[in-house]
Amino acid sequence: MLICRNSGRALVMLFGAIAQVRYMFSRRNRDEVLYQMFVTGIKSLGVITVVAMFTGMILALQTGLELRRFGQEVNIGTAVTVVLLREMGPFMTGLIIAASVGSAIAAQMGTMVVSEEIAALEVMSINPLRFLVMPRLVALVIMMPLLTIYTNILGIIGGAIVGLTQLGVSFTAYFDNAAQYAHNKDLYVGLFKAMLFGFIIVTVACHQGFSTKEGAVGVGQATRRTVIISFLTILVVGYMITRVFYA
Amino acid sequence: MIRFEKVTKKFGRKVVLDNVDLEIEDNETFVIVGTSGAGKSVSLKHMVRLLTPDSGRVWIGDDVISEANGPDLERIRARFGVLFQSAALLEWLNVKENVALPLREREAITDEAAIDQMVNEKLQQVNLKDINEIYPSSLSGGMRKRVGLARAIVTKPEIILYDEPTSGLDPVTSRTIDNLIDSLRRQLGVTSVVVTHDLHSALAIATRIAMLHEGKMIEIAPPAQFIESKNEIVRSFLDAQYITKRGSWEKVDQK
Repeated sequence: MLICRNSGRALVMLFGAIAQVRYMFSRRNRDEVLYQMFVTGIKSLGVITVVAMFTGMILALQTGLELRRFGQEVNIGTAVTVVLLREMGPFMTGLIIAASVGSAIAAQMGTMVVSEEIAALEVMSINPLRFLVMPRLVALVIMMPLLTIYTNILGIIGGAIVGLTQLGVSFTAYFDNAAQYAHNKDLYVGLFKAMLFGFIIVTVACHQGFSTKEGAVGVGQATRRTVIISFLTILVVGYMITRVFYA
Repeated sequence: MIRFEKVTKKFGRKVVLDNVDLEIEDNETFVIVGTSGAGKSVSLKHMVRLLTPDSGRVWIGDDVISEANGPDLERIRARFGVLFQSAALLEWLNVKENVALPLREREAITDEAAIDQMVNEKLQQVNLKDINEIYPSSLSGGMRKRVGLARAIVTKPEIILYDEPTSGLDPVTSRTIDNLIDSLRRQLGVTSVVVTHDLHSALAIATRIAMLHEGKMIEIAPPAQFIESKNEIVRSFLDAQYITKRGSWEKVDQK
């Protein structure tokens, strides 16, 4: 019952924020969206670079070692690329952004609730959905697919390096193999997932932040719940999208 | 005029406001005192509908704010300025942007020169200057409150609500805030509602003082009569702050 009520409130908040998107072209909101894109995207690049490279390298090594038993190690290009485009790219990006950006949003919103800043906005008739949620939503929905493309590229490069150095698969063979079996649909479905994950992360983070009670302890709890709920929702939604497009 | 009509508010089983009736006249400074948890801030939050009563109504002039929504609520809220206990300044905006916030976001003013003029005028009014570019984290408690006050008055409200305006401040800064509250009422002709447990402050600025105790208004009187109250709870509250002589308020009132 509690889950249904909270989900309902979070969805109402999400649709409320979407309704405010029409204001995003005002100067302040446009600047805020750009700032949030910078915070979400550029400031997350370091950790995403490391995670993406190693995800591709691990994928290549694990699949390559198994495929080598059948003399098929040249196919790691396909394995790494398809898995990254369809699943691991958006999934890993989603988890990193939920843990770093989502938790930060929840902490900021929670602190603003505790210090009465949200109440002050309401009294000034400044809609917190327009002022706070909408810029973060727009920024993350734009940045998540872009970051996923970056994750995919680095992951594929990481796989190619492992293929060359550990499995003796040349770059040409690796990329030819990848291009032969990976389809545009894999890329599009992956980017669609990434965009949905952006909606999920901002909605969960802002809803948890706005629901904060009991001071500093409450802010910590909101942050923790944001990461857990985002992770679980990303997993479930990711599976459902895969099922719809591939089952 | 602000009017509470049999307002009741409960949090769980705890009754915070119990059938409260209250009338605050235009252009008065109405101070609500009481011990911690008496329901002072809760009553203030009902006036701007940050809380909704479980039963009863809150009137602002001819409007029932406790039942208003959407544009109606925004219109009524536009009559208010609120100084929150923590000042509630947005930490990522500098002083100028904090004060300009309601001008940009609510009044939709885009003329930068006009905004600059209004912000500087209000900052001067609360005795602050040359701090436009400073961020709230670098301000002292008293300065934060004054910036919060400048933001509250920048849209020229009819009613200003003050939630514990002197809490956490040294006596000198507290008296500065008291003087500001009093001068704003005199200069701008606003109605002020102040929630505090600082009786010295209350006696200095109030036209009437109300005492909330366990969700009920147990005394409402002008300062001179309030300190003469025969109510035992009021007496113990006065005694606890060493206000036993008429001189303590008369001296301030003569300013």
